[in-house]
Amino acid sequence: MSDSQATAPTTAVEVRGVEKVFQTRAGDVHALESIDLSVAAGEFVSLIGPSGCGKSTLMRLVADLDEPTAGSVTVFGKSAKQARLDQEYGIAFQSAGLLPWRTVAANVAVPLELHGVASAARSSRVAELLEMVGLAEFADRYPDQLSGGMQQRVAIARALAEQPRLLLMDEPFGALDEMTREKMQTELVRISAETGAAVVFVTHSIPEAVFLSDRVVVMSPRPGRVRDIIPMRLGADAKRAARTEELREERAFFEMVTAVREALHGGSPVASGARGVETR
Amino acid sequence: MTATASVPTGPKGSGPRHMSPRTETTLRIAAPIAVGLIVLGIWQFLVSVVGVSDYLLPSPASIIEEFIAYWPSIAAAMLITGINSLVGLVVGSILGILLAALAARWRAMDQMSAPVVAALAVIPIVALAPVLNSMFGADSQFGRQAIAALASFVPVFLNTLRGFRQTQPVHRDLMKAYAATPRQVLRTLTLPTARPFILTGIRIASSLAVISALVAEYFGGPRGGLGAQISTSAASSAYARAWAYVVASIVLGLIFYLVTLGLERMLQPHAPRRRTR
Repeated sequence: MSDSQATAPTTAVEVRGVEKVFQTRAGDVHALESIDLSVAAGEFVSLIGPSGCGKSTLMRLVADLDEPTAGSVTVFGKSAKQARLDQEYGIAFQSAGLLPWRTVAANVAVPLELHGVASAARSSRVAELLEMVGLAEFADRYPDQLSGGMQQRVAIARALAEQPRLLLMDEPFGALDEMTREKMQTELVRISAETGAAVVFVTHSIPEAVFLSDRVVVMSPRPGRVRDIIPMRLGADAKRAARTEELREERAFFEMVTAVREALHGGSPVASGARGVETR
Repeated sequence: MTATASVPTGPKGSGPRHMSPRTETTLRIAAPIAVGLIVLGIWQFLVSVVGVSDYLLPSPASIIEEFIAYWPSIAAAMLITGINSLVGLVVGSILGILLAALAARWRAMDQMSAPVVAALAVIPIVALAPVLNSMFGADSQFGRQAIAALASFVPVFLNTLRGFRQTQPVHRDLMKAYAATPRQVLRTLTLPTARPFILTGIRIASSLAVISALVAEYFGGPRGGLGAQISTSAASSAYARAWAYVVASIVLGLIFYLVTLGLERMLQPHAPRRRTR
C-alpha cells in the first residue's frame, strides 16, 4: 500500500442511505434501515448494540459479503465489490476460521498464497506477522493444538497479512474469556497503532468498544438503525498508542462507558446494569 | 506479545486403566492373534479328536497342506481376482469422485443423480453378474470388473458428496473476502475439507470391490479367479482345497483394506486428534 500513501483518500468507509432487507419465509426482515456512516482513514470505529441490531450485517456489507438492498457502500472511494476484489481490507470473524489441516504458518500464508506472493517473500512476511502477534514459536503447530486466544491471534495475523488499510472485525474476541479478552484488546490497540489501519470493530461489550475506539456507533434493533455516534473523549490517553491497562481504571473511561450505556438505552440514565448488552 | 496462553499438551485420551502406550500397542496386536490361535486350536481339536467328518469341516492342517500344494494356482487366482477388483475400485472411485463433484456443483445434477445412485446401491451383485457375464462373453473379465466398479462407486460417491458439503460458512466467507477464484476455492478449501471423506469412501469400497469381483466369478465367465476356483473345488468335493481358496480370498480382501488404510494415513499427516478414547 506504500504507493497509495500520497493519494490516499481521507475516508476509508462511506455508507450512504443503506437498507438491508432479508427475505424469509415468515416475511421480510428489515435488518438495516437508513444507515449513514463514515470512517476516516486510520480511525477505529466500533459498532455496538444488542443482538439483532444488524451490526454484523453492516460489517458484511462493507466487506461485500452481502449486498445492500438500497443505498451505497464505498471503501476508499471504490464500490465495496471493487474494494474486495482489490483486497483493500483484512477481515477476522468471531470464530478464528483457521484451516485445520494447515499449520499456523500455512494458515497465515493463505491470503498471500491466493494472491500469488512469491514463496520467499511469503515466508518472511509470515515470520514477521507471527512475531507481531507473539506466536513465532508456534509456527509449525496445528490449530487444534492452540488455545482459543492463540487461534484468534493467528486469525488476526492472517487478516493483517497484506497490510490492509482497513481491518474489519466481527466480534473477534467474543468467544474468549475475560482475561484473554483484555489482553487481546491491548494487543489490538498496539497492532492497529503500528499498522495505522482503519478498523471497523463489531462488539457487544461496552468497555471493549470504549477502550479500543475513536468513535462508538450505537445501534438499535428491529429495524437496525444508528441511534448515536459517540466520540471517545479519553483525555491524555486518547492517542491510540497511549492506551494501556491503566486507562481501564480512569475516570474518563468510566464516563465514556456510561455515555455509551445511556445511548444504548435511548438517552435515559440507567440505574443498574444494561440489559441485552454486556457491560463487562 | 508474550505467549502466556498455555498449549494443551501432555498425555490425554489414555485408557481407563492407564496402560502405557507400549503395553496398549502390544495388547492390540497380541489379543487378536491369541483369539485366532485359540479358535484354530478348537477347530483342529473338533476335527482330529472329536471326529467331525472331513467333508463337513476340513481340519486347519489339511487346509494349510492344500494351500501349500496348490500355491501356484492360488497365486494365479488371487492375481486375476485382485486385478479385477483393482480395476473396478479405481474406475468406480474415479467415477464416484467426478460425479460427486458435479452433483455438489450443480443442484440439478444432484437431483438427477440421487435416484440413479439409490438404484445402484440396491442392485444385488448376484442379480447383475449372470447378465453381464453373458453380455460380454465367456472369455472377458469386463463383466466382473464392471460389477466391482459398480460396487465401489456407491460408497465413494456418497462419501465424497458429503465431504464436498462440509465446508464451513466462515471459511467460505474468508474465500470470498480474499476474492479467490473458483479453482482456488476448490484447491484451498473444498478438496482438503472433503479429503478425509473421500478416503473413507475408498477404504469402504476396497472391501466391496474384492467381494463383488469374487462373487461375480460364481456366475460364469472365464475360468480362473478365486470365486471360480472355490466353486470348482467344492463341486469336485475337494473341500480342503475350497477352504484354501477361501483363505486366499480373505487375504486378498485384507490386502486391499490395509493398502487403502495406509493410503488414508499417508495422505492425512495431520488428522485432528481424537479427543476421546
